Amino acid sequence: MDFIQNVPFFSIMISMFSGIVSSVLSEKWAKRLNLAVILAVSIMSGALLVYICETGIGSYTFMMGHFPAPWGNEIRAGALEAGTAMFFSIVMLLSMTGGRKKLFDEVEYSKHNIYYILVDMMLSSLLALIYTNDLFTAYVFVEINTIAACGLIMIRQNGRTIEAAVRYMIMSLLGSGLLLMGICMLYDLTGHLLMSNIQESMAGIMASGTYRIPMLVTVGIMTIGLAIKSALFPCHAWLPDAYGYSTVSSAAMLSALVSKGYIFLLIKIFYRVIGRDIIYSSHIIHILFIFGLCGMIFGSFSAIWESDVRRMIAFSSVAQIGYIYMGFGLGTQEGMVASVYHILVHAATKSLLFISAIGLTDVSGGSRSFFELNGSAYRNKVAGVGFAVGSLSMVGIPIFSGFVSKLLFAKAAVINPTWKMFPTVIVLAISTILNAIYFLKTVIRIYTPEKQSMVEEKGFYSIRWDKQKLYTVTIILFVILNLILGMCSQPIIHLIETGLANFA
Amino acid sequence: MSRPVPEEEYGKRVSGAFKLWMRGVRDPYLGNVEVSPETAGEEDETLLKGYQEETDRMIQRIHDIENNRRYRLFQKFYRAAAAICCLTLVVMLLITVAYLPPVGNADNPAHNEVAAKYIEDGLQDTGAVNIVTGMILDYRAFDTFGESNVLFIATCTVLILMRNDKKEGKGSAEEEERLDSFYEPKDDRILQTVAMILVPFIILFGIYVILNGHLSPGGGFSGGAIIGSALILYLNAFGFEKTERFFTAKTYKIISFSALSFYCIAKSYSFYTGAHHLESGIPLGTPGSILSSGLILPLNICVGLVVACTMYAFFALFRKGGF
Repeated sequence: MDFIQNVPFFSIMISMFSGIVSSVLSEKWAKRLNLAVILAVSIMSGALLVYICETGIGSYTFMMGHFPAPWGNEIRAGALEAGTAMFFSIVMLLSMTGGRKKLFDEVEYSKHNIYYILVDMMLSSLLALIYTNDLFTAYVFVEINTIAACGLIMIRQNGRTIEAAVRYMIMSLLGSGLLLMGICMLYDLTGHLLMSNIQESMAGIMASGTYRIPMLVTVGIMTIGLAIKSALFPCHAWLPDAYGYSTVSSAAMLSALVSKGYIFLLIKIFYRVIGRDIIYSSHIIHILFIFGLCGMIFGSFSAIWESDVRRMIAFSSVAQIGYIYMGFGLGTQEGMVASVYHILVHAATKSLLFISAIGLTDVSGGSRSFFELNGSAYRNKVAGVGFAVGSLSMVGIPIFSGFVSKLLFAKAAVINPTWKMFPTVIVLAISTILNAIYFLKTVIRIYTPEKQSMVEEKGFYSIRWDKQKLYTVTIILFVILNLILGMCSQPIIHLIETGLANFA
Repeated sequence: MSRPVPEEEYGKRVSGAFKLWMRGVRDPYLGNVEVSPETAGEEDETLLKGYQEETDRMIQRIHDIENNRRYRLFQKFYRAAAAICCLTLVVMLLITVAYLPPVGNADNPAHNEVAAKYIEDGLQDTGAVNIVTGMILDYRAFDTFGESNVLFIATCTVLILMRNDKKEGKGSAEEEERLDSFYEPKDDRILQTVAMILVPFIILFGIYVILNGHLSPGGGFSGGAIIGSALILYLNAFGFEKTERFFTAKTYKIISFSALSFYCIAKSYSFYTGAHHLESGIPLGTPGSILSSGLILPLNICVGLVVACTMYAFFALFRKGGF
């Protein structure tokens, strides 16, 4: 075994260990350790990705302990896992640096090192969700992820965030409970917790026809559980408050990574636990398809009605999650590739939007109302550019990342014409127009100059890029990430395709 | 060059006349114009009353939940929908249970080679007489490591919510605690005597459960909970002054940090050697004796310490907002 194959194990362990160590460190050192660990994880995952692509080993398993798989724990890494781990840690790094200065306004100074503990733990749980090959390990780390997310929401202590955290906790625990019940029933039916072994037993059960009804219910409740946790349309009530009122780094990470971690786990369950053919021939994906379409429309309508900028961006997440589930619902390999690509696009863009929106609201007297933002892009030029790029990307303008994923969705719908083709294409078009309405409306408003007298009267100030260097660098890196996803999409799509082929 | 001109004279000049015209004081054709200052509008009592009533009505419509018909309708709908959702889920799950394999049947899918190996080879592989401990701390130690981190991070979130960082004055942790326990009996002799007798035994029992985790039912989680309850009893009987002599936030930090770090490092070593098929060099000892079964005993102690501290920390945080 090559030394580099240890990377999944190392990255989970060092992120966890850094969380434990941070509990005795001062705020300053916890911050540095956090930064170093995220950076190290992204570099190591990148190296692993290169190694996997060059040697062409597809995927390999790594034994966690002295006992082989069905008895001990096991993790498994392939191109898709390594790529996702690298991408998630890059987005997390940028989210942390983008909201660093703001953190001092939002969180009591004495509680800063708890913030970094939560972030470290969240990173480790995301990595474990990405790499795990065991359903019960996945559940344990889903728990860590949920608690860390609750903490990240309520660490900014005011009434709204406490209320949002309670809502998030209730909905999220409902999702976890359904997932746990599903895992228990799956164990009862197959006698295994290891993903590949379950798939073998599953194929046998489906072929012989025994236990078909409980199996359907099991798959259904696991899917619904994870869909609730990732805010699929009818269960999204917790989302706008949780993203809209928490600290800016938390909002960026929650929208970009936490919900995506659950979606990644769901893909894993579909491909590695249940088996691609079984899930694609079941009716469960039709339900995901319909709710995905509803989410695309209703999420956008809610965003149009919203006058609070951050809540507007949060509601836009509901629509984008709808896209991802719509791609699952298509039930084809192309649809899945489009969904995975959209996960990356949404992670890169939504965190950019949250971070640039905070720059705009800060120069508008801290008001989050849409109407106060007139001309804020002139007062904070970097944030204005970032917001414009994010908006154009979400609407789907060519050269930005959102365009590619929308193209992939349309292609996936047309290439295998079923009854789902017309609904997909029509709803894609409508949703794009709705996206354009609320995002471009905001972009036009931030680039409409405000009268000088009004600016003076309200006490708005301007901030230049050299007063906020870290923020500027963050926004530039985010924009570059977006452009890479938008313009060099072919190799990434190829990577996702090979990764998904080795996934099962 | 300019010099002040009297008002009278200025008014006769062209510029002065223009200025007066602009002000609306004097018109060149009509002569002096009488400008009356604008008076405040007559306050129309009925109109004002109307406005007031409308505002009141609006506020009432929004905030008067008791008599708001639409809100009550929504509430009813909400409850009904919740009940229907729950009932559907309950019925669905009950029906599913009927289709699951019967309990205790020898042919169940769950009775396979995994469980068989745990039972047959568990003692030999892990050195632990208690198979359950062998499973959670050796076969599936990664899951258990995650589980102890769940406890750690749960304490962190409670710290965020409850820790009162104000040191002195109104609203500080001490002050709040004094106000909260104002009506509680202080220095209760019965409680103190019982606690004096019981606490040592409870702690001893907890230590026994932890140390015998690999030999008999028990282990870190249950033993830690027992020790934690003893600490809470002691705190209730004697108050914070006594407990803070040996257990403060600093103690908590050091204990949980060293226990979890030991767990993390020891298990990382074990995972690394396991994955690379190296000998770990940790002796398993004679099964059945206290010092046996390799890493399980130290890990049990670590888990026990973390759990005991967490229990006590939760109580102290809810009681006082710090310790």
